Order: sequence, then C-alpha cells, then structure tokens
Amino acid sequence: MLKRKDLLGLKDVTREEIEEILALAAQMRKVLDQSAKKTTDLQGKSVITLFYENSTRTRTSFETAAKIMSASTTSISVATSSVSKGETLIDTGKNLDAICADAIIIRHSMSGAPHLLAKNVRASVINAGDGLNEHPTQALLDMYTMKEHFGSFEGLKVVIAGDIKHSRVARSNIWGLNKMGASVTVCAPKTLLPAEIDKMNVTVSSNLDECIKGANVVMGLRMQLERQQAGLFPSVAEYHAFYGIDAKRLRNADGDAIVMHPGPVNRGVEMSSEVIDGDQSVILPQVTNGVAVRMAILKLLLAEKRG
Amino acid sequence: MNTLIKNGMVVAGETFEKADVYIQDNKIVKIGKDIDCAVDTEIDAEGKIVLPGFVDMHCHLREPGLEYKEDIAHGSLAALRGGFTSIACMPNTRPPIDNAALVSYVRTKGIEADNAKVYPIGCITKGQAGKEIAEMGFMRDAGAVAFSDDGLPVANSNVMRMGLEYAASIGALIISHSEDKELSGDGVVNEGLNATVSGLKGITRAAEECMVARDVLLAETFKTRVHIAHVSTRGSVDIVRRAKARGVAVTCETCPHYFCATDDEILSYNTNAKINPPLRTQDDVDAILEGLCDGTIDAIATDHAPHAADEKNKEFNLAPFGTSGFETAFSLAYTYLVETNVIDIVKLSKLMSANPARILGIGSGLIKEGERADITIADPEKSFIVDRTKFVSKGKNSLFHGWKLKGAVTDVLVDGLSKEIKSYD
Repeated sequence: MLKRKDLLGLKDVTREEIEEILALAAQMRKVLDQSAKKTTDLQGKSVITLFYENSTRTRTSFETAAKIMSASTTSISVATSSVSKGETLIDTGKNLDAICADAIIIRHSMSGAPHLLAKNVRASVINAGDGLNEHPTQALLDMYTMKEHFGSFEGLKVVIAGDIKHSRVARSNIWGLNKMGASVTVCAPKTLLPAEIDKMNVTVSSNLDECIKGANVVMGLRMQLERQQAGLFPSVAEYHAFYGIDAKRLRNADGDAIVMHPGPVNRGVEMSSEVIDGDQSVILPQVTNGVAVRMAILKLLLAEKRG
Repeated sequence: MNTLIKNGMVVAGETFEKADVYIQDNKIVKIGKDIDCAVDTEIDAEGKIVLPGFVDMHCHLREPGLEYKEDIAHGSLAALRGGFTSIACMPNTRPPIDNAALVSYVRTKGIEADNAKVYPIGCITKGQAGKEIAEMGFMRDAGAVAFSDDGLPVANSNVMRMGLEYAASIGALIISHSEDKELSGDGVVNEGLNATVSGLKGITRAAEECMVARDVLLAETFKTRVHIAHVSTRGSVDIVRRAKARGVAVTCETCPHYFCATDDEILSYNTNAKINPPLRTQDDVDAILEGLCDGTIDAIATDHAPHAADEKNKEFNLAPFGTSGFETAFSLAYTYLVETNVIDIVKLSKLMSANPARILGIGSGLIKEGERADITIADPEKSFIVDRTKFVSKGKNSLFHGWKLKGAVTDVLVDGLSKEIKSYD
C-alpha cells in the first residue's frame, strides 16, 4: 500500500516502497503468463496517458497494463512544439481532473513537469519520463529484471554506458539501485556525463574496457544522433569504437552478466547486433516485465488505496 | 517646509551615532545632538536607524511594452517601500531603450509617478542587438546614467571594445551583464550536483567568468571603466579582486539572492528560484561574502525582475528568469549581513547608497549637511514574514516568500518629502 498519491521518481521513494512494488509486480507477472490476461483490479477506474513526447513502448506498456486490469484508458498526445503556445500544463491537468481521471500518466520533455502537474490535480500522477530527470517505471522494470535474474541486489555491479548526461533512465536507476544495495558505474566520455555525477554515489569512468570488468549487468542507453551534431562526440563510428557494447567488450564482464537496454536501440551505435540478439540479452524480457511493473504501480496507487 | 528626524541612530559617513537630522526643503541642513526648533514635521526615530536613501543600480521596470509584468509607477513605489530613493532601470523593454526619446519617456514617467527617482540605463547597441553602438551621447544628455545591453550581452568583443571606448569618451559608464550565451546555452540552473539531481540543464560558472575576464581585460587594455553586474561566483569575485589590485577601473555589484540563497532552492522546481545568473552553491556564497567584506564588491543591487504570476506558474524550463527584489533587499541584507556580523551597518549603507550613487554619478548617497535629503529609516528590531501577496510591485514572483527577516523600512524621504509607504505588518 503506497502511502502516496503520485509516483514522480525514485529519488523520493524508499527502499521499502521499491520492494513492495517489485513484490506485487512478481504476482502481476504471473497474470501475463495466463491464457486469459485479465483482472478486475482497476474496474471503473479511468487512466489517461498524457504524452508530450513520442513513445511507443512506454505508452503501450502502460495502456496494456491498465487494460489488463479492466481500467478504461484514454490517450492524449500533445506535440512538443505546442508546449509553449498551447494550453498550459496546469490547465490541461485540471481539465483531466474535471473529467474524472483517476490517474494521469505523463511524459514530458521538461524536468519537473510531472511535479507541477501533481501539485495541481487530484488524480494520481505517474511520471513516464520527464526531461533529463527521471523515468521511474523504466528503472523499476530494470530492477525487476535484475532481481528476477540474480535474486538480490546486494553486491551487484551494474555498469550503465552511454549518454548519461541526457538520460533520465540512468538517473532513476542510480537512485533505485543505490537504495537497494547495488553498486553503479556510469561510463561515457566527459561530454556525455552530467556535472558532479560522482557525488551521486556512483563510480564514474570514461573507459568502458576498464569499467566493464566483472560487471553483472551491462546496460546500454540510446544515443540520440543529434548529440553528434551538437558536438558532444565526433562521429558514430568513433563512438561505437570507444563506447559501443560489443561481444569483445562483453567478454570482460562477468561470465553470467546480463545485457539490458531501455530501447529503442540504435543497432551498431551503442550496442552491436550480436550483443542485442545474443544469449546474454534480456532486452525483450525487460519489455514484458515492464507491463507487470506498471500493473503493480497502478494497482498500488489506485486500487488498494482508493478502491 | 522643514522636517526634523529625532533620536535616530544616524549613519553619516563613517559614523553611526544617535543624532537628529534637520531638513529644510530638499536639503539636509544640520546633523547634531538635541536639535530643537519649530518644524512642520517631526519624525520620531527612537530605536531606529537613519540611513541615506538606498540606490539600486540594477532593476527592471518593464515599461514600455511589458506593463503586464510591472510598470514605472508600481515599480518605483515598490522601490520606495524597500527604502530605495533612487533606482536605475535596465533597457531590456519592448522596444529596448536605445534612443533619447525612450530615455525621456522613462524619465518623464518616473517624474510623474513621483516615487523613487527613476534613472534610465540605455542600450550599448542599437536594438540591444550587439552590432552597432547606440546614440549614447544623445541618451546621456536625455538623462541616461549608464549603458548596458543587459541580458543580451555584447558577444562580439570588438563591439564591446567600441562601446567601452566610446562611452569613456563621453564620460559614460558601461554596465556589463557578463555571460557567454554559447556556454550557458539552454541552461536554467547552476551547473553542478543539484542540476544533475533535478535533471535541469546547467549553466556553468565559466559562462559568467569568461565574460567578466574579457570585460576586465578590455577595460584594462583600453583604459576605460566597466561595471560588472550581478556577480554570482567565486571565480568572478576573484577576477575582479585581482583586477582592482592591478588598478583596473572595474566596479561590481551583487544581489541579495547571491549571498542568502543557494541552488538548493531549485530542487523543488520552484520557478521563483530560476534567476540569471543562477543561484550557485555555498562556496560561491562564501566568496560573495568575502568580496563584500574586503571591498571587491562595491554595491548591492536588487536585479528586481518582476514577472506575471502565470509566467512563473509553469514548467521550470518555460518560466522566465528573475525574482522580485525591491521589497526584500534591505531586510535580506540586514538579516544575512549585519545581524550575522559579516559587515556593519555603516558598510551596508555604503554598499546600498554611497557606492552605487558614486558609480552612477548621481550624488553622494550620504547623509551630510548640504546634501539632498533622500533618507530611509529602518527598524532594526522588527521581524516579519515575507508575504509576496502584499507586495506593492506587480511582480509577486519572490524567492523569499515565507522567509522570516529582521529589519524593516518604516519611513522614506525623497528630496525632503516624507513618502507614504505600505507597512511590513
């Protein structure tokens, strides 16, 4: 039973809350293996996805999760270009409140937007990614997948390689994994590392060959190609050569290491196809687990508290 | 018309003593013990501090063009409430104040409002565009006291050189908002741990320091004056300190938010903490305090930056930069500098009156016989909670809402006339 209205990030969530979400997600995961994937947990609840950024996976995952639990779902897309000219976020939120939304799942290009929305609406707000800040449900599904594989987080070495500077997935994983007792290493050239990330209780490296040694989890991040145009790295070829996760590098990781990626993957940029499609990859199980984790979160925020 | 301020603790030059101040018409005629004479008005200042009226060398009054945020009448009245008797307003209006007609407009509006005296600052370049220098001579003659392109700083170093040299030729002052816009990019907060933790894009200190260094070097090379606006980092203080030691004619200001707040304020996405330059860290605050103590920093300005409520009630990235500043500046300075014994009241008075007045060339900013009677009286014992809803300014966007402060302005005289101001109760 989460004693909170909203899930805005893992920054301000306790270890106990994470454990509760992961435990319920394990139950929900079983529902996904049934031939009839249906529960009545959210019957009569209205879930709205409000996306100011494109997304296929996260939005579909949330909608699938809500539908499996019998909630009604509505999806709203707002072009990023209209954020500054169109209806304000607060007005949009109040209107969704007025049409009796129980949960608003928001993705926004600006950090803190879900917090602003949450302060101004009665509905539960779930952050589906805000700017460079957090993507808590992604990190929770990543952690679920790690736990499924290793049983525990204690002593786990997680290496996150890629555009850390612009990654909300990396930040949410850092918050969550640190709370659960894993050790996190982030790896990128300095141009793709945020300021003072070393003070977030992570090991910082700009040498993937070195820091991948002994890793239990190797996580790649999507490299936005416009970062090259902005001058943050010289070319895709050089980036892949120095920071790409390929089979040769992966051999330096622990023999039982798993490979993760939040998707969508740029094949041959941050990760080679050999690795993406290889035996150690859990990229597709991550996606399945994402539905279960989101079911758990929706249930904890909506059904048990307000039902 | 004559006025007697009785029994106050008077800041007069280097002294801080109990005295009476006798004012005839618009002039201070006598300062002394137990002045006894028949007057039209007597102000009982027992237990209070009598200071030269504050001079704000950096504020935004938004008129013309942005009156929905603030206008000259409201802004100058808010200034009075904060104890400011003279204010110099930045030219980043719509259109920008880049010609003599607009300078006259602002001056006329200020005179009509009859609150704090309003001194316009003109643009360095036409249209604030950073390309050709504006008619600084005509603007100076129309009443501009300094020139600045403010938040759109002159990026081209050669244009800045021309601006500095031309201004020097006509005896005018250039104020530089020192910021390398390429380095600050689309940042919204100080680059550092808190930016990383909140996912908000950072503005590196180097964006400020590179340009402070450039402007100091230009002033040094071409033997001109330059005034650096709102210094916010340890590095900037250090650059100015070393330049002064070499004899460069550089002066600088800071603002209350750079010595009483850090970027911890942005962690809750409070858009009133979105200010440019951004709130920095405790180490920078410490350096600002050192700079205030050792004279590196010459003045405390407000950078009063009023905005409409709807503009600030938005996503952090979309909200405009700035905090409302007039009505809290003195109390913040008193609470964070004097009550904490960082500096004494005589020093604070210099930072808020004599120094900015001297830099702008608008009088002595002192309480002395023969001087204009611009006087502010404050109650040092009065504590209050900042309530932005009670601001006189249209800009209710205060970082300091809810803060408990000590030291409140109670009376203000401009040219010997007592002005009615809204109490802090």
